[in-house]
Amino acid sequence: MNALPTRKLEAWRYTDLRPLSAISFGTPPVAATAPDLPDLPFPRLVFLNGALNSALSTGFTHAKPFAPFAVRGTQPMALINAEHAGEGINIEIPAGQDAGELLLVSQASGTAPFAFHPRHRVKLGQGAKLTLIELDKGEGTYWQNAMFEVEVGQGAKFQHFRLQQESTDAFNTTSIHADIAGDAAYEHFSLTLGSKISRTEIEANLLGQNALAHLNAAQLLGGTQHGDFTTIIRHKAPNCPSRQTVKSVLAGRARGVFQGKIEVDQIAQKTDGYQMSQALLLSPDAEMDIKPELQIFADDVKCSHGATIGALDEEQVFYLRSRGIPEADARQILIRAFLEEALEPVTHDASKALFEEVLESWWGRQ
Amino acid sequence: MLEIKNLHARIGDAEILKGVTLTIPDGEIHAIMGPNGAGKSTLSYVLSGRDGYEVTEGEVLFNGENILEMEPEDRAAAGMFLAFQYPVELPGVGNANFLRTSLNAIRRKRGEEELDAVAFLKLARGAVKQLAMKEDFLKRNVNVGFSGGEKKRNEMLQMAILKPHLAILDETDSGLDIDALKIVAEGVNTLRDEKFSALVITHYQRLLDYIVPDMVHVLAGGKIVRSGPASLAQELEASGYAGLEAA
Amino acid sequence: MSMTTEATINELAAQKYKYGFTTDIEMEEFPKGLSTDIVRLISAKKGEPEWLLEWRLKAYAAWLKMEEPEWARIHHPPIDYDALYYYAAPAKAMPKSLDEVDPELLKTYEKLGIPLNERAALAGVAVDAVFDSVSVATTFRETLGKAGVIFCPISEAVREHPELVRKYLGSVVPAGDNYFAALNSAVFSDGSFVFIPKGVRCPMELSTYFRINARNTGQFERTLIIAEEGASVSYLEGCTAPMRDENQLHAAVVELVALDEAKIKYSTVQNWYPGDADGKGGIYNFVTKRGACRGRNSKISWTQVETGSAITWKYPSCILQGEGSVGEFYSVALTNNRQQADTGTKMIHIGKNTSSTIISKGISAGHSNNTYRGLVKIMPGASGARNFTQCDSLLIGDQCGAHTVPYIENRNASAKVEHEATTSKIAEDQLFYCRSRGLSEEDAVGLIVNGFCKDVLKELPMEFAVEAQKLLAVSLEGSVG
Repeated sequence: MNALPTRKLEAWRYTDLRPLSAISFGTPPVAATAPDLPDLPFPRLVFLNGALNSALSTGFTHAKPFAPFAVRGTQPMALINAEHAGEGINIEIPAGQDAGELLLVSQASGTAPFAFHPRHRVKLGQGAKLTLIELDKGEGTYWQNAMFEVEVGQGAKFQHFRLQQESTDAFNTTSIHADIAGDAAYEHFSLTLGSKISRTEIEANLLGQNALAHLNAAQLLGGTQHGDFTTIIRHKAPNCPSRQTVKSVLAGRARGVFQGKIEVDQIAQKTDGYQMSQALLLSPDAEMDIKPELQIFADDVKCSHGATIGALDEEQVFYLRSRGIPEADARQILIRAFLEEALEPVTHDASKALFEEVLESWWGRQ
Repeated sequence: MLEIKNLHARIGDAEILKGVTLTIPDGEIHAIMGPNGAGKSTLSYVLSGRDGYEVTEGEVLFNGENILEMEPEDRAAAGMFLAFQYPVELPGVGNANFLRTSLNAIRRKRGEEELDAVAFLKLARGAVKQLAMKEDFLKRNVNVGFSGGEKKRNEMLQMAILKPHLAILDETDSGLDIDALKIVAEGVNTLRDEKFSALVITHYQRLLDYIVPDMVHVLAGGKIVRSGPASLAQELEASGYAGLEAA
Repeated sequence: MSMTTEATINELAAQKYKYGFTTDIEMEEFPKGLSTDIVRLISAKKGEPEWLLEWRLKAYAAWLKMEEPEWARIHHPPIDYDALYYYAAPAKAMPKSLDEVDPELLKTYEKLGIPLNERAALAGVAVDAVFDSVSVATTFRETLGKAGVIFCPISEAVREHPELVRKYLGSVVPAGDNYFAALNSAVFSDGSFVFIPKGVRCPMELSTYFRINARNTGQFERTLIIAEEGASVSYLEGCTAPMRDENQLHAAVVELVALDEAKIKYSTVQNWYPGDADGKGGIYNFVTKRGACRGRNSKISWTQVETGSAITWKYPSCILQGEGSVGEFYSVALTNNRQQADTGTKMIHIGKNTSSTIISKGISAGHSNNTYRGLVKIMPGASGARNFTQCDSLLIGDQCGAHTVPYIENRNASAKVEHEATTSKIAEDQLFYCRSRGLSEEDAVGLIVNGFCKDVLKELPMEFAVEAQKLLAVSLEGSVG
């Protein structure tokens, strides 16, 4: 196996995988429990411990049989994934087709630690559309090391909404490599609540004029959870916009990481890149590390990033209290407003409703 | 009735209020004027219970109750309302939701029944209309992206809905054009009755053309240095604050 | 970019570096290369005590085991450390007074605009002039002495004030801190020493003027500034070098110590020879600067205008240890032609209620690369800490690069960290507006760039702000668009 990346690698300076490497992971057991599937009227593909379960899946017109493929990304976790012939979805939407929604469910459970390495491929032809709603859940100690190879054809639109609610003893590392053609869009939103350690790493290449990437995320972490959202957006063509809003709410001893790099090639004039990352520390022991990065080789560009880390704004708390709202309620209102904003990029109603419900229950547990 | 008795307050090591004494009976509107740095904003923040101000001496009674030990939300429930000089932005918090939460928190504390969404919206829409505001005001996030005038109008909207017994207007007129000024004045004037009182803090006399006070006090160097009828405001406008600070 | 702009740029690029002359003077040089013998030789030459020699040798041993850092976005052929001279000084002995200074040297500094004659000197500025490896003159020593301020070459301080030097040298930047700091610790030859005693406000601006003259010589100066309780000082350094085809190494270390309520303002106008339009020659400016706010409410403020050097690698930093201490970093870094700059700061918040401000303005032109690299770190004990960072980049022309690499680490929930960064080019409408009011394109760009840098330039002592503005305009020449 390729070695796990260590903190000596610049891209991994904030995420320490030693707790992962300390565990010896076996092969996935046959899953015993069926997942409780969300009540969403969409076709679905359900994986239990990394294996496609046809009984629970509905089938999907554009799903092809899984076939291993070469990995293009250079992310270390993708390379490890490439060594293991894990199953995954293989979706091809023909040109001009609106394929609607597809649910991708991963449920993991077992008594002894195990690992699985799903390898997913999603390809949208010219002008095609797809909304993929991905749900990751599980119980026990396991490691899901997933990768996505995404190709969004000319003028196509791929919405990718992820809800990561893995077991808090589990590890989730997900690598996404997306090539986005001219006038095409890749809209990504990850909501991370689960895992002991998780890392979502996205490389998005904007390859044609007016290609668009939205790489958004929210992380709600408590206990000793560690959540890392790392992205690289490469502007390789003129006139491409990219947008990122990444919000973290950290309770307990949780640690959040956001690393966002925007690269603008010399050819990519009129690039419009915007990135905002905000973190709310709810406990004295929480920690947030942010590394926004710009690498720019074109002159006619507009790129900016902003980052804030802090506790709730006491001015705001006072304002609410001066209007009669008790302090505890005032704080709750402000935290929820913060999260509400995080969901703004989710433009798909059913997904948004699902996320809101999850936020509600997370909040109830804090 | 608001009674401020020999109030001393400091921020850190700096004493800002050095013995303010002032009584505002029910039904009256008093104005406090004074030069920059006189302690006007400090007075309003001490009255509304903001952190960072240490009261070293004196007391403040509101309807006979010492409010200095009360939390800001309890002061609001008791019927005090501070219109902020710089209203705070609350991204992600809808105006309507904010107002209803406030109103119901206050009603709950007073043992009154909470308003449901329908009843509240009716009330809020009425107030919005009365203040000549667009209805989308209620849908927007609290003060986010509001112009200076809109923020002040929003303060008046809150005041109209929360119906306080005592309103403290902290330089609410600063940065307002004449139309907005009139709206602020109207916001206060419509609440005027024998139960309602207000403390209008302002640097300029012009707001007092629209809200005619029963009394005018001059705050300088952390003390009330002069008090008089409404005409005192005009006098100050003409002669300025010079000479008063030494008093 | 319009054709005229392009043409203006090229025209401007062709302009010459104003300070590129050499001084012809008899020099004493140690043999090329680095060894324990050279380290011993330097120490002996300075008549240093045993402890300092030991310190140097330790640093040298540490350096031998270290590797040149590779994380910065800079590229250069490997440096042959054995091909450098580590000590070069005017052959005549250190003059006792200004009257004894070699007239050639006086002329040199006059040409640089730094008259060392006190009557002709800038009013209110005391100057220490460092020429290659040694200090050649320090002005206004008497005036300063009356106030209790010590301002002298560090080699002299080692002899005259050994207890102070021993106490503070290496206490902020340890000998083995990093590759270039270790090298400096082993071979530093001179630099300035400043000591402001308790309660004293230094009566005049202090300034050190660094000049590299000799060929194939590295300059390794070391500056140490100590402000005791309640003391304050404003210090400025300037630097130039002749135009030479080969690259020259400048690896300095600056250490600042501020005790309770002390304030140190450190300003740099760095104008080392940047090399020619094709990137030939120029100084490698690999510098370690760090200040320790040890006392309550102490303050260290770094202001830098970096226009020179082929490569700049420096991160003036603050360790905010004292409760309520304040760190500031104001920077303009301008790169043109083939210049490379990788510069920024570290703000380490350790004490309660510490605050820091970072304002960085990067301007890239020609084929240059300009990187802001910064770290804001809030330690668990730094309750109530605040940081505000604004870093803006301006691109002139489409052959250059502007990069921003901030690290933000917060481990205290009551701390508040805000970071903003933007990258843009000079707006065509601004240029057009200026030009339609009669400004030449070049002047318009100069004006806009100066406006872009205003928040930093206003932090410079007044005498130097004007100088810095001119310098920006000159450095942009040949790049502007």
